[in-house]
Amino acid sequence: MKHDFKELKLDRVTRQFAGAGGKAFNALDELTLTVKRGEFICLLGPSGCGKSTALNCIAGLMQLSGGSIWLDEQRIDTLPPEKRGFGMVFQNYALFPHMSVAKNIGFGLKMRGVPPADMRPRVAHALKLVQLTGQEHKLPGQLSGGQQQRVAIARAIVIEPPLILMDEPLSNLDAKLRIETRAEIRRIHRELDRATIYVTHDQDEALSLADRIVVMKDGVVQQIGTPAEVYAQPANLHVARFMGYRNVLELDVAREDGDRVELRGGDVLITGVRKQPLKGARAAVAVRPEEISVGEGPGGLNTIAGRVENVEYSGRDSLLDVVTSSGTLLHVRGPVTTALNDIVRVYVPVERALVYPAE
Amino acid sequence: MTTAAAKSRMPLDPALLLVVPAAAFMLLLFVYPFLYGLLLSFNPKEGNWLANYRFFFTTDNEWPTIWTTLKLALPATLINVGFALPIAYKMRVKSRYQRWITTILVVPITLGTVLIAEGMLIYFGPKGWLSQALQFLHLYDGPIRLTHNYWGVLISLVISGFPFAFLLILSYITGIDPVLARAAATLGAGPKSQFRHIYLPLLAPGLAMCFCLAFVQAFSVFPSAILLGSPAGPTRVISIAAYEAAFEQYDYALASAIAMIMGLVQLIIVAAVLALRNVFYRGPVAGGKG
Repeated sequence: MKHDFKELKLDRVTRQFAGAGGKAFNALDELTLTVKRGEFICLLGPSGCGKSTALNCIAGLMQLSGGSIWLDEQRIDTLPPEKRGFGMVFQNYALFPHMSVAKNIGFGLKMRGVPPADMRPRVAHALKLVQLTGQEHKLPGQLSGGQQQRVAIARAIVIEPPLILMDEPLSNLDAKLRIETRAEIRRIHRELDRATIYVTHDQDEALSLADRIVVMKDGVVQQIGTPAEVYAQPANLHVARFMGYRNVLELDVAREDGDRVELRGGDVLITGVRKQPLKGARAAVAVRPEEISVGEGPGGLNTIAGRVENVEYSGRDSLLDVVTSSGTLLHVRGPVTTALNDIVRVYVPVERALVYPAE
Repeated sequence: MTTAAAKSRMPLDPALLLVVPAAAFMLLLFVYPFLYGLLLSFNPKEGNWLANYRFFFTTDNEWPTIWTTLKLALPATLINVGFALPIAYKMRVKSRYQRWITTILVVPITLGTVLIAEGMLIYFGPKGWLSQALQFLHLYDGPIRLTHNYWGVLISLVISGFPFAFLLILSYITGIDPVLARAAATLGAGPKSQFRHIYLPLLAPGLAMCFCLAFVQAFSVFPSAILLGSPAGPTRVISIAAYEAAFEQYDYALASAIAMIMGLVQLIIVAAVLALRNVFYRGPVAGGKG
């Protein structure tokens, strides 16, 4: 087992499944990615986007249909999972129900033939790392969901794997525990100084954890970038939608000037920034609700008038549904003082209105 | 009003009445005949109340039937459970062949003991196909005796008992979350270790249950011991002794005593196996919150 690796390389990793009617489809299509030591990578996408397939392919739990996986100069996609030595944390924890916490954590060491005397301090260290000291003699069934999750993490890291794979490890926890465990995972990742690949459908989780995010859809990579890049500069409309650009308006292209594009439709006139080459006379503009402000733009630019048709109070501000006279709906974060049926004017900053080709 | 007081005043749940038919059935068809037989066994034709039991344990062609039956039932059960386990383990993964193999293995369960015996007499008999085929191919020229002796009964117990053990174990195995084996694999456990450390311990209680059921089934062997064995000698099992007492000597009291002894032997073995089962983990076999 290599511990002092430099990078894990996925080269056009492809996995096919037999779909409806026996027609094969690519659950994962030519995923190419290099993961450096110390990096935290999130595979992000809706369910069925191929992110779990990718993780299973890396772990060796699924055979590749094409491509290869390399750990430095060693090709590993031909090895069975028990020879790869990656630590994996499963969505439903997959703790061995008949073994105590200590035995669960020590299982990987036992399989590697580590003598019991050397095992004990390492298990104790892992228990301390996940803050479960004192629980070692309990059975998994006697632990809470959050504790079970931490046992699963301890079990995966005690073997000191070069790579830790996590498959939506927080999806079974409640909101408060999820945020706490998220911080734990990030801390453990820093302490171990290995690489982590983390699968999630939760954009907040990906943004807060990852060094780099891989956004996927239908088995195809849409964008690879830092959280800031993916958040502020989505590569295409899918990524934008997934990253919380809730307002997507399909409009007519009125004028193109450099990367500035003027779009028109009904009583809406918006100037935005082009992110992809446009094709045809129609284009889509994507804006986050929190980047639209209630008020007038400079010189009336990018200002849209409408009536408030719904108000969702959320503490610091409210989420407003603003409908223009021609029926265009905009989601806007506005002041909590806004009331239902108010007539408001909202302003969209030009550089935060991202323009993509229409679908 | 406290909840406890409220509870005590709650009317009887009418759904409980659904138990009545089953309870009546048990009383009439099991508890009553059993108690009747038990009392009858202590009322011998002659002698004091223990005379029947004394007779059984002091007569040379009676008490050895316990061993005769055990010598058939224990190996048959071990063979059935022992072969069913690896085959069911292989069949746990859904594949194209899985359904076919499972079907073929389970078919004998639909055959009656008598039908199996008939078939075996023709196939395994001295002039049967097996014997003729082996002699034709010059693989074995001596006489082959697989019927009317110990082996005939054992083979028939395996044929009729295996599908039962197989189905039972298969259902236990498929109840174990396969993600546990995958987790073990990522921790460095090869296929053998996965079986030994994950499947076997989780299966152990189920295997014990399966052993008990298969054993009880085999211990009460009767038709095949007569049709395929030599009921006067090596396969004179305990049920034959009871049958002879009841329907050849018309001594129902002695027959009841033998049946009681038969039940007691089964109970001892089952209790021993179930006690052993308590040593193992017996909780849910999933890997955590679903």
